[in-house]
Amino acid sequence: MTLLSILGVLSSAVFSGTSLLYTTLGEIIDQRSGTVNLGLEGVLLVSASAGFALTSITGQPYLGLLVAMLAGGLMNLVMGYLTVTRRANQLASGLALMFFGFGLSAWIGRPYVGAKINGLPRIALPGISNLPVLYASLFRFDLLIYLAVPAAVLVWWLLFRTRWGLGLRAVGESADIAFASGRNPRRIRYQALFVGGLLAGLGAAHLSIAYAMNWTEYMTAGRGFIAVALVIFSKWHPLRAIGGALLFSGAVAFQLLLQSSGFQISPFLLSTIPYVVTILVLVLWGGTRSHSAPASLGRVYQGSE
Amino acid sequence: MTPRPEAVRRFSFLRARVLEALIRYGFMVLFALVLFAIILLIAGKDPIQSYRDILTSTLGSTYGLSEVLVAMTPMLLTALAVALPSRLVLINVGVEGQLYMGACLATWGALTFSGLPGWILLPGMILLGMIGGSLWAFIPGLLRALGLVNETITTLLLNSVAPMIVSFFVFGFWHSPMDTNKTPNFVPAARLPTLFGTRIDVSLLLALALLLIFWLLMRYTRWGLEIRAIGGNPQAALRNGIPVRGYVISVMCVGGAIAGLAGMAQVSGFYGVLLANFSRGTGYMGFLISWLAGGDPLGIVLTSFVVAVITTGGNLLQLTRDLPYAVINILLAFTLFVVLARPSLRRSRRSA
Repeated sequence: MTLLSILGVLSSAVFSGTSLLYTTLGEIIDQRSGTVNLGLEGVLLVSASAGFALTSITGQPYLGLLVAMLAGGLMNLVMGYLTVTRRANQLASGLALMFFGFGLSAWIGRPYVGAKINGLPRIALPGISNLPVLYASLFRFDLLIYLAVPAAVLVWWLLFRTRWGLGLRAVGESADIAFASGRNPRRIRYQALFVGGLLAGLGAAHLSIAYAMNWTEYMTAGRGFIAVALVIFSKWHPLRAIGGALLFSGAVAFQLLLQSSGFQISPFLLSTIPYVVTILVLVLWGGTRSHSAPASLGRVYQGSE
Repeated sequence: MTPRPEAVRRFSFLRARVLEALIRYGFMVLFALVLFAIILLIAGKDPIQSYRDILTSTLGSTYGLSEVLVAMTPMLLTALAVALPSRLVLINVGVEGQLYMGACLATWGALTFSGLPGWILLPGMILLGMIGGSLWAFIPGLLRALGLVNETITTLLLNSVAPMIVSFFVFGFWHSPMDTNKTPNFVPAARLPTLFGTRIDVSLLLALALLLIFWLLMRYTRWGLEIRAIGGNPQAALRNGIPVRGYVISVMCVGGAIAGLAGMAQVSGFYGVLLANFSRGTGYMGFLISWLAGGDPLGIVLTSFVVAVITTGGNLLQLTRDLPYAVINILLAFTLFVVLARPSLRRSRRSA
C-alpha cells in the first residue's frame, strides 16, 4: 500500500462526503424547525437532474448549481404546502415527495443521459504546486468542497446565534409556545424548509455537476436516507454533522484501503458500520433525556382556531 | 418524534358514507390526472390517448387485470405490515428492510435445501422469510418497549442496513456463475405456484387471507380489544394489567413477519431469483398505502388496487409513449399529494 493510494482514498472520501454534508445540513434545518423530511431522496434527485440539465444546456456549471439549489428549495416548498398549510402527516408526505422526485427527475434527466459537461472547475490547494503532478492532482478540489465546512459553521451560526435561528428552534421544540410568544410557526417552517432545500440542492449539485459529472436515473442511491441517519447521528447539530459525514464517507474509503492492503472484508458489511454505530449511540443515550431531538419533531402544527 | 394523534385517525371505508367517500376520492384522482396531463402535454404527448392506453392495458383485458393483481400483491402485504403496528400507534417505516431480510432468509432456504420437494420447501421458505422479517422488526420493537429509542428512527436506519446484508450474501456467496448481482434461478420446487396460467401467485391469496384475519382479529378477539385499548391510551391499558411491552414487541415482530413474507413472495413468486437491489421502495409504498387507508383492511385493498393500476400503466407509457418508466411516479405522487392534502376537507365537513 502506497502513500498515493491512501491519499487517493482520502481524496475520494472528501468528494463523496461533501454532498452528504450539505444535504445533512439542509435536513438539520428542516428538523430543527420540527419537520421530518423523508422526501430528501426525491429532492436530491430533482436537484441533481435539474442542475445537470442546465449545466449541459448552457455550459455554465455555476448556473447549474444555482438551478439545483432553487429546485431543492421548490421541492421542499411542496413538502411545506402539504405539511404546514394542509397539515398532512409528515412521514407520508415525505414519502410521497420521494416518489414524486423519482418520477420528475427521470423525466427531466432523460434527454441528458450520457451527456458530457464541464464540471465545476477544480482549484488546487495553495502551496502544493511543487508536489509531483500525481499527488497534486489529488488535491484539486472544487469550490463547494472548500465551502463545505464554512457552510456547516454558517448553519450553526444561523441556528444558534441569530434571532431567526432562535425562532426556528423554538418552533421545533413547541410550535404552540412559539406562537404564543409572537412567532409565526407556519412561516418559520416554510422558511426552514426552503433554506434546507437550497442546501440539499447544493449537495445534489455537487454529486451530479462536480463529482460524478453525469446523470443516471436514481443516481443518489439512498443518499437522502443516509443524510436523515446522519442528522440523528450528529444529534441535530451542524458542527457534529461534519464528523458524521466524514465517518459515513470514510467507511467507504476505509474499506478501499483495507482491500488494497490485502484484507478481505466485504465492502457491504463495512458500509453498515455507521448505521450500527448510530443505533448503538442512540441506545446509549436512550434512558437519559439529554439527546437533543427537537421536542415537537414530526408533529404537525394544528394552528389555534 | 412522539406518536401523533393523526396517525391513528381512521378513514373507514366501511362507514355509511362509502358512496360519498368514493365520490370524493374520485374527484381527487381526477384532479391528479389533470395535473399529470399537464406534464404529458409539456412532454409533447397526448394525455387523453395515454390515459386511454393505460386503462385499456390494465383494466381492459384479462391479462392486464392479472398484471395489476400481480403488482398489487406485495403492496397488500407491506401495507398490512404497517397497518398492524399502527393500531398500537407504532410507526413502522422499516418494512423495506424487513422485506429484504425476509427475502434473504427465504433465499438461503431455497439455495440450501433445493433438493427438497416443494410441499416441504415452500412452507419452510415462508417460515424463514417471516423469521427474517420479524428478527429485523424485533430490534426496533425491543428498543421501543424498553423506552430507549423511538421505533421510527430505528426502523428507518435498519432500512439502509438490510439491503447491504443482502448484497453481502449475493455478491459474496450466492451469486450465479454468470451474474454477480443475482443468485442462480430458483429450482421449480422453490417457486410459489401461479394461478390460472397468469403471473398471479399464491401469495395474493395469502395476502387477502391475512387481511381478513387481521380484520377478524381486531374486531372479535381479546387481542384485538387489548391492542385497541393500548392504541387508545397506553397508560390506562397498563394500569388495567395489559402487558403493553409484550404487545409492542410481539406486534412489531408480527408486522415484520408479514413484511418478510412479502419479501419471500417477491423472490419466490415474482422474480424466482434474488437480485441485489430488487425492491425500490415497495416497503415505503406499503407505508403510504396503509396511511392513506387509515390502516383499514378493505381500504388497503382498494388503495393498493388503484396504485397498482397506476404503476402497471407506467409500463405502457414506457413502451408506447417513449417516457422513462419512472415517470409514472409523477402521476402516483400527484394522486398521493391530492389525497394527503385532504384533512382540511374533513375539517370543513365537521364544522358544517
